[in-house]
Amino acid sequence: MMPTDRLSVVLREIVEADVDGSPSLVDHVCVAAVSLLSLKGAGLSLMVDGELRGTAGVSEPGIALVQELQLTLGEGPCVDAWTNRAPVLEADLADPAIVRWPAFARAGVDAGVLAVFAFPLHLGAIRIGVLVLYRGHPGMLNTDEMAYGLVLADMATQVLLALQAGASADVLHEVLASEPSHWAEVHQATGMISVQLGVSLDEAFVRLRAHAFAEGLPLRTVARNIVTRRQRFQETK
Amino acid sequence: MTREQRIVETFVELADTMVDHFDVIEFLHRLAERCVELLDCAEAGLLLVDAAGVLRVMASSSERSDALDLLQSQNEEGPCFEAYQRGVPVSSGSLTGDPARWPTFAPMALQKGFRSVQAIPMRARGETIGALNLFRATTGYLVEQDLLLGQGMADIAAIALLQERTVREAHGVVEQLQGALSSRVMIEQAKGVLAERAHIGVDAAFVRMRAHAREHNLRLSNVARDLIDGRIDAASLGSTDGASIPER
Repeated sequence: MMPTDRLSVVLREIVEADVDGSPSLVDHVCVAAVSLLSLKGAGLSLMVDGELRGTAGVSEPGIALVQELQLTLGEGPCVDAWTNRAPVLEADLADPAIVRWPAFARAGVDAGVLAVFAFPLHLGAIRIGVLVLYRGHPGMLNTDEMAYGLVLADMATQVLLALQAGASADVLHEVLASEPSHWAEVHQATGMISVQLGVSLDEAFVRLRAHAFAEGLPLRTVARNIVTRRQRFQETK
Repeated sequence: MTREQRIVETFVELADTMVDHFDVIEFLHRLAERCVELLDCAEAGLLLVDAAGVLRVMASSSERSDALDLLQSQNEEGPCFEAYQRGVPVSSGSLTGDPARWPTFAPMALQKGFRSVQAIPMRARGETIGALNLFRATTGYLVEQDLLLGQGMADIAAIALLQERTVREAHGVVEQLQGALSSRVMIEQAKGVLAERAHIGVDAAFVRMRAHAREHNLRLSNVARDLIDGRIDAASLGSTDGASIPER
């Protein structure tokens, strides 16, 4: 498979994810992860007030316990991926040589989790949460699975930031379908807006995105107006 | 200094920089600058493939916004896209003479004053991970010797990308690249922060960030993070716009 197909595969899985009664796209991302990577489950934790708190999405209710346990214990791949700002991969949770998370490892194995892969949800310096993938059998992700994990984390980041910007379900579909923005000016504008409004980078990105939605303009167009100083964001109380 | 001495010096310099905790962003920027000095080109840039298979800008010799734009525009067509897809060097000796080949890329490149281009694939562990792009202000092709040297530069860039521990538990190429691309996004965010605080353009912001990193022997990505987190203020990054950046 050409790597470029990964994006469309992930998108289709997210849109078509079979989630009983849950309209939450965040749950959809977790379900898509399970079916793409033959997992036992997947969970997604979000940052609130600068700290990783609670569970924003799960593939099925049972996995929420394993996800939340890490935040309660203050240890586990979810916590480490958040702190390190990098993926944390454990191919064999039952291995007695694993000393980095003694309490979580025991509880995870008891719950039938034998391998864990945690991916931070980030965009440059913006951090918003962690996606954790749980497997019922030991073993490392192969190259293709690793790429899927990273793409899923990227898509989850895009979805969550768009949701925070007030995107409606149909607009979200557009956000997902359009290629994630890699234009330098989007990130430069984010930095400029954060100073203009005195807010964090994630808040600045959300405001930029919200403005683009409200005006019906492409994100890049608004970003370019900011960078060229044709437009600036004003603090409003 | 003869050209041969200059080449040797460049390779020694790059090898010396590739030690523990080196800054891959700074390294690749320097490599792109050296490409402009050593090879017959006006601008050089590096594109890397991300986990989704999309080519993204990793480094540019000038870091000017229009140069970044031209590099990033090669998502679906252009010499870099072709070099990446096919895994072989791709060139056009005359962008005007070949208008149908890259209908979006060619007019953009011409408008920015480039007449010919060369793209060289970057390979690592048997995979193509991106491409080195050389833009020239005149028509024609690189001579064989320069093309070989360009391939050497592309190879060094690939080695650097895989050696750098942006990802602590890196198991594979794809994670390493994703980590490097994430640092790259942070640089852009920091440019915006500094531009707004210091009331300057984003291009000038990069010049100041880099001068500060060199002067204080800091990693460029650390300077970016400190700017974003407010640990260094804009005023402490002197206004060296347009002035030459001191060489170490």
